[in-house]
Amino acid sequence: MARLTPDNLLLARKIIARFPKPRSATIMLCHLAQEQDGYLSEEAMAQIAELIGATPAEVLGTASFYEMFKMHPVGKYCVNVCTNISCQLLGGEELLEHAEEVMGIRSGSTTEDGMFTLEDVECVAACTEAPAVQVNYRYFNKVSPEGFDELLEDLRSGELSRTIPPHGTLGYVRQDLDGDRIANITPPSQQVEPVWFPDGDSDEGPAK
Amino acid sequence: MSDTAVDTDEADQDVPKVVSSRFDVADGHTLDGYTRSGSFEGYAALRRVLTMTPGAVSELVKDATLLGRGGAAFPAGVKWGFCPPGVWPRYVVVNGDESEPGTYKDRLLMERDPHQLIEGSLIAAYAIGAAQVFLYVRGEMPHAQERIAAALNEAYEANLIGKNILGTDFSVDVVLTWGAGAYIVGEETALIESLEGNRGMPRLKPPFFPAAKGLYMMPTIVNNVETLSNLPWLLNHGVAEYRSIGTEASPGTRLIALSGDVERPGVYEVPQGTTTFRELFESERYGGGIRGGHELKMFIPGGASAPWFFPEQVDLPLEGRVVGGEGSMLGSGAVVVMDDTTDAVRACLRLVRFFARESCGKCTPCREGTVWEEKILQRILDGQGRPSDLDLLLDVADNISPGPYPLAAYAEADLEAIPFPPRQTTICPLGPSSVAPITSAIRRFRHEFEDKINRKDSIPVTSAGMSNV
Ligand SMILES: Cc1cc2nc3c(=O)[nH]c(=O)nc-3n(C[C@H](O)[C@H](O)[C@H](O)COP(=O)(O)O)c2cc1C
Ligand code: SF4
Ligand code: FES
Repeated sequence: MARLTPDNLLLARKIIARFPKPRSATIMLCHLAQEQDGYLSEEAMAQIAELIGATPAEVLGTASFYEMFKMHPVGKYCVNVCTNISCQLLGGEELLEHAEEVMGIRSGSTTEDGMFTLEDVECVAACTEAPAVQVNYRYFNKVSPEGFDELLEDLRSGELSRTIPPHGTLGYVRQDLDGDRIANITPPSQQVEPVWFPDGDSDEGPAK
Repeated sequence: MSDTAVDTDEADQDVPKVVSSRFDVADGHTLDGYTRSGSFEGYAALRRVLTMTPGAVSELVKDATLLGRGGAAFPAGVKWGFCPPGVWPRYVVVNGDESEPGTYKDRLLMERDPHQLIEGSLIAAYAIGAAQVFLYVRGEMPHAQERIAAALNEAYEANLIGKNILGTDFSVDVVLTWGAGAYIVGEETALIESLEGNRGMPRLKPPFFPAAKGLYMMPTIVNNVETLSNLPWLLNHGVAEYRSIGTEASPGTRLIALSGDVERPGVYEVPQGTTTFRELFESERYGGGIRGGHELKMFIPGGASAPWFFPEQVDLPLEGRVVGGEGSMLGSGAVVVMDDTTDAVRACLRLVRFFARESCGKCTPCREGTVWEEKILQRILDGQGRPSDLDLLLDVADNISPGPYPLAAYAEADLEAIPFPPRQTTICPLGPSSVAPITSAIRRFRHEFEDKINRKDSIPVTSAGMSNV
């Protein structure tokens, strides 16, 4: 399953075509592979390397810098508890402790049934809604210990399976940018001064 | 999922909403909603811009003194002018990587008003002559990614992006892309590295100022989401009206995320310079007072990288130069309030741990130093501190950001100055930023550190507080 499916391969080629240089698509392609498999496998990185004209080591080199890429299978739901300053002030660290207790795992590990991976994370830009939790990067605001227990229950029972996709899937909506819509995406070496831009940055007249 | 408190007081007409007018419009994120709501029709500013020369648009933005909202407050119009003439192609990169602790505003702008951001990005692209715009959203924000993707699809369909926009010669592509979890990628040169498919490690400036040598070594303008979201309003209403809000040096508004120990945390659009921190914390309109009737102990005026302020500074206005003159910064519009129940050592450790975790590892003082800072703070908090630890901590900090040097405001308050803006032995300011909480906490609350070292204090050891190093 680790190579891209035909549909995803097609999508990968479209994504590459959006960038002036294929390597710029690296992160987006790693996300696509992770969406398909739930994590980023070695085979997927090798295929991405072929697609963008890099070596597998170069793709790994990039991917390993970024926290969202998981090189091994993780839980169906990644539960991220923010413990940074605004959340810490309102009980984020205590919430993490509570989570470790009720889930029976330490932060950074996965439950035995493969349902949950727990992590304490840095600020997720929901500071006014502290303490904040993300499940597969979907937000839950002002989470109390009781609220956390309910959240786990809803995740276990499948109640939230519509709103929260399995790990790896980010947005449901994709940018739709195909050949005939693209105005002018070429490598930088093939780009010239735009026709609509007046010479020498002067005030020669508007675009019309 | 409860909703974020945003200032939606329609009756209050004294403060115009420059960027947040659609936050409470249910369909404000759709093209239809965007077109119908707001003081001008959606994309009216783009239409106006297309009747002007690119040079005139840049001039207008320069005249307005539109200060960057990403942290450094550099005037956008001036930055656009740094593209070297005759070098093509040029690119626009929209910085939607919002991840400075305490900061929460760009996500709202992307989720609730993506067309405003797209229109602003198109205006910037027109002004500088860009071949392509890259909208780089933080990886952990799928909802923002969805909203922007949907908005881009609508805008392409409506011929607002792409070939011959609105029947003119102006053609440009806007491509949505996103990151994968790394705070440092918010730094503009690291963002560019990431966009080139690399590890997000900053480049040295000079020579790699993006406006001269950016994406693919071509001239690149990187602007923050909020900065660009100001453009439609500015172009529609004009410079005079824009400048009538805020102060001479800092016109317009800022979105402020007020978090921590206040009764009403929220994201508020405030005019620059005319609101004081006291008003922000205490007024019913904003913070509604310190939580539970407690006293203010300290606050962070501009995100985790900013040195702390104390009760004697609450009457300062939220204005970049004033806050800068007092030895801190308004930064990314993140105000974090800490009341008298806050353990200064614990708060300091949490901030330092952030920088240690997020160091990209390119420079030794930051990579090694931030981890040392964290270890020392952790052992102090755990009751294992040594009497020499405070000096050691300050010495490590000094290796990352040599200082201090005197600042008038601090001398008056009989405090030694925090070196700010930080001097740095590093490639980017991340490492030096880790010093801000340390010097802030030690200078003011040295006794709290000493009590812990001398074990007079109860020792809160939490598993969450355990070092991950
Ligand atoms: C460590 C670090 C992190 C940064 N993170 C962000 C960020 O998340 N978002 C942002 O817009 N700017 C961030 N910046 C500032 C950018 O480097 C850059 O100055 C900004 O995007 C320029 O846009 P502006 O002029 O419109 O503010 C960061 C800077 C540093 C040093
Ligand atoms: S200061 Fe830290 S984050 Fe910045 S380039 Fe150096 S090692 Fe990387
Ligand atoms: S500090 Fe937790 S979301 Fe910002």
